[in-house]
Amino acid sequence: MLSIIQTALLLGCIYSLVALALFLSYRILDIADLTTDGCFVLGMAVSVSTAAAGHPFLGIVLGMLAGGCAGFVTAFLQTRMGVPSILAGIVTNTGLYTINLMAMGWSSNVSLLKQETIFTIFRETGIGGSWYQIILAGIVAAVCMLAMRWFLTTRLGLSIRATGDNRDMVSASSINPRFTITVGLIIANCLTGLSGAIAGQMQKSADINAGTSIVVIGLACLIIGETVIQGRKSIGRNILACLVGNVIYRLIYAIVLQTRIIPIECLKLMTAVIVALAIAAPSLKQSLSDYNRERREA
Amino acid sequence: MLELQNLTKTFNPGTVNEKTALDGLNLTVNDGDFITIVGSNGAGKSTLFNAVAGVFLVDSGRIMLDDQNITFTPEYKRSKYIGRLFQDPLKGTAPHMTIEENLALAFLRAGETKPFSRITRKDREKFRDELKRLDMGLEDRMNTAVGTLSGGQRQALTLLMATIVPPRLLLLDEHTAALDPKAAEKIMALTNEIIERNHTTCLMVTHNLHQAISTGNRTLMMSDGDIILDLKDDQRKGLTIEDLMRKFREGAGEALDDDRILLSD
Repeated sequence: MLSIIQTALLLGCIYSLVALALFLSYRILDIADLTTDGCFVLGMAVSVSTAAAGHPFLGIVLGMLAGGCAGFVTAFLQTRMGVPSILAGIVTNTGLYTINLMAMGWSSNVSLLKQETIFTIFRETGIGGSWYQIILAGIVAAVCMLAMRWFLTTRLGLSIRATGDNRDMVSASSINPRFTITVGLIIANCLTGLSGAIAGQMQKSADINAGTSIVVIGLACLIIGETVIQGRKSIGRNILACLVGNVIYRLIYAIVLQTRIIPIECLKLMTAVIVALAIAAPSLKQSLSDYNRERREA
Repeated sequence: MLELQNLTKTFNPGTVNEKTALDGLNLTVNDGDFITIVGSNGAGKSTLFNAVAGVFLVDSGRIMLDDQNITFTPEYKRSKYIGRLFQDPLKGTAPHMTIEENLALAFLRAGETKPFSRITRKDREKFRDELKRLDMGLEDRMNTAVGTLSGGQRQALTLLMATIVPPRLLLLDEHTAALDPKAAEKIMALTNEIIERNHTTCLMVTHNLHQAISTGNRTLMMSDGDIILDLKDDQRKGLTIEDLMRKFREGAGEALDDDRILLSD
C-alpha cells in the first residue's frame, strides 16, 4: 500500500505540471491547446537525450525550453497566421512527431542505463531516504505552482487572465491579445515540456508514444481537483486543484493496476468518459432540469 | 487637443451594401472640452468613435492627438491614453476576476509599469478610496467576482477603470443607455463628477436630447457621416429641445430620426 501511495504522489507531482499548463491554457486563456501531447514527448526526448550525453540538469532546462518553442509555434499559427486555435495545436503536434524522433536520434525510444539523472544525483545527497524522488518532484511542482500564483497577479498575468475572461474588454484595456496569447501558450508548454523532461529522467527512458492522451488525462485531473476542492473559487485553490486532482487520478490508476478491478486496457476509455461527462455536466444538468420542469408543469 | 482632419470611411466599398459612414469629417476638440454628440440612426456617431479609438483605420484623413499623429497607431496602443465606455456594461470588465483585480489591471496598464509590476498596499488603499466615492458599497466587496455585480455597478466600475489613471481623451458611447433610469442617473452624475475633477477631455454620444444640451460645454449634431451643427458655450444657453430639433432639420434637410431618441428626461 505504501508503494502505491508513493507512486501516486510521485507521478501526481510530476504530471501536475501538465495540469497546471492546461489550467493556464484551457481555464485561463480558454484555448484547448492540443500541442500538449507532442510537447510532453518533446520535453522527455530532449531531456533523456541530453542526460544520455551526460548533462541531466541541462536536459531538464532544454526540455522545458523546447516545450516553450512548441508553444510559440502554436501561438504563432494562431495569432499571426489565422489558423483556428484547435487546428493550430493539432498541426504543431503532428510536426512534433518528426521533431521528437529527431531529438531521440531518429529512434522511437532512448534509455538511460548507467548515466546520471537528476534523481540519482539527488539520491546521493541522502535527503528523504526512500522518499527522495517524491521530495525532488514535489519541490519542482511547488516552485512552479507558487510562481504561477505570483505570476497571475502581475500586470502581464492579469492581462492574460482578462484576455481569456472577456475578449470584448481586451482592446479597450490596451491589451494586445496576440501578445498575451503567445506568452500564455509559451509558459503553458514550458510547463508541459518540464513535466516530460522530469518524467523521462524519472523512468530513465523516453518513448515516442509516451504523450498519447496526456491532454485528456491532464484535463481529467484538473476537473477531479476542482470537484474535490470545495469552497470559493480562487486562483490559489485552482492551482492546488491541479496537484490534488493528479494525485487522486494516479492513486485510482495505481489501485486499478494492482487490483485489476477494471482491465488496465480500459483505463483510457474510462478517462475519456470521465472527462466528457465532467465537461458536459453543466449542460446535462440544464437539460435535466428543463425536462423535469416540463413534466411537472405538463 | 484632438484634431480630426478630413476623415473618410466607407464600409463594403463596391458592393450593394456600400455605406459612407464618415464623409470628410473635420473636428477640433480643445483640452477640457466635454462634447455631447447626437444624430440620426446611421449618422456615423459610433463610426467616429471607432475611428478615433483605432478599431479600424480610416480610408483617408489624419487623426492628431496632442500634436502626435495616431492615424496608424494600433487600437491597443491608443487605448493606453484613450478611455472608452460602451453601452453594454458587460463589455468593460472581466467577470471572473475580482473588483480589485479588475482595478489592478486597469491601473497597472494605464500607468508607467513593467510587465511584472504588481499593485502595492498603497494602491489598494487608493482603490478603496476611489470605490468609496462611487457610493455603492463596492469598497467592502473588493474580493468579489465582478460577474456578480449589477449592470449599473459594473458600468460604474468600468468608468472608474477607464479614469483611475486619467486618460487624455474619454469616449462615452451611450454608456447609460442600457441601464435602468435610476442607475443611468447615478452613472451620469459620477461621470460629470469625475470629468470635472480631472478636467478630462470627453466625447459622449447620447440619444437623450435633454442630456445633450444640459451636459458638457459643447454639442455636435451628426448626419450622413459629417458634423452639421456645432454649438459651443453661449450658443447652447437657453436652447430648448425644440430649438435643437429645428436646427437639425435646417442643417440636415430632414427631421432628426433616431428610433430611440428621448425628448425629455
